[in-house]
Amino acid sequence: MDGPKVVFQIPGTNWIITETLVIGWILIALILIVSLILTSNLKKVPETKRQVLAEMLVNFVNGMVTKTMGERFKNFAPYVATLLLFSVTGSLVSLFGLRSMTADLNVTLCWAAMTFLLITYHKFRANGFLGYFKSFCQPVAFIMPLNVISEVATPMSMAFRLFGNVAGGMVITSLLYTALGTLSKFLHLSFAIGPFTLNVASLFTPAVLSVYFDLFSGCVQAYIFSMLTMVYVSSAAEPAN
Amino acid sequence: MSNEAFVLGCSAIGAGLAMIAGIGPGIGEGYAVGKTIESIARQPEAQGDCTRTMFIGVAMAESTGIYAFVVALILLFANPFLKKL
Repeated sequence: MDGPKVVFQIPGTNWIITETLVIGWILIALILIVSLILTSNLKKVPETKRQVLAEMLVNFVNGMVTKTMGERFKNFAPYVATLLLFSVTGSLVSLFGLRSMTADLNVTLCWAAMTFLLITYHKFRANGFLGYFKSFCQPVAFIMPLNVISEVATPMSMAFRLFGNVAGGMVITSLLYTALGTLSKFLHLSFAIGPFTLNVASLFTPAVLSVYFDLFSGCVQAYIFSMLTMVYVSSAAEPAN
Repeated sequence: MSNEAFVLGCSAIGAGLAMIAGIGPGIGEGYAVGKTIESIARQPEAQGDCTRTMFIGVAMAESTGIYAFVVALILLFANPFLKKL
């Protein structure tokens, strides 16, 4: 397994644009276009299939948010929907042979940082400026370092969870491909067709694992990430005592 | 044996040892899911709540395994000890 490939470098700087970023841009454009198509020409009573689909998606996220966070956080739904859509599609691009966006720690760490900002904002709002710092010395004052560590560990563990699951699937899949390639060479079932090599042993077996590691894992981890975001934010909005 | 080969070999062993940590989350998650199924069987109408809470709990239980996996990944693909040679 290698890191994401560098597509190009911005001239004059040492900023590099990786595969992950380019895939992210394509996904943003795709999601935007699909959303515009789905929500164009809305009727009060849905007539078209696309409006029913759009309403289903919106209702799903709205229901999820109101159930976990309560009615007063209803305006939080767009953020959760964005996170969910971007994360699901970012993981599922691996079905098309591209590199999963979430298999890059930069992406997941960025999302976790946004969640951390939201958590901190809601803690400030619930406890006030002084109350926020006071909440770190909550049971006794000398426990403060531990509280700070646990506060920082929240976004770190969220980022590593999403990254680790997707990257782990990628490592296992690439190990399997290597093993099956070696096996088909060993059995003389490996043929060279132009620049490609066809390994007969690795034709169908990886598909079974791909259902779990790409489809299931990608969707469940995206769900868990947005779920944890909601849980952390709604518990941060409660006053500490 | 060159120094580099020794460090690489030891790192590979270390990565393998780090992944022993996968046992803990495995047992823990299995226990959590089993308990959830028990409670759903007792109260089928609470399935939605049970499943949602279970997912969060399982995700939490998974953290230690993921940390171990990240350590293993660092040892394998971004080895910090090779730079110290």
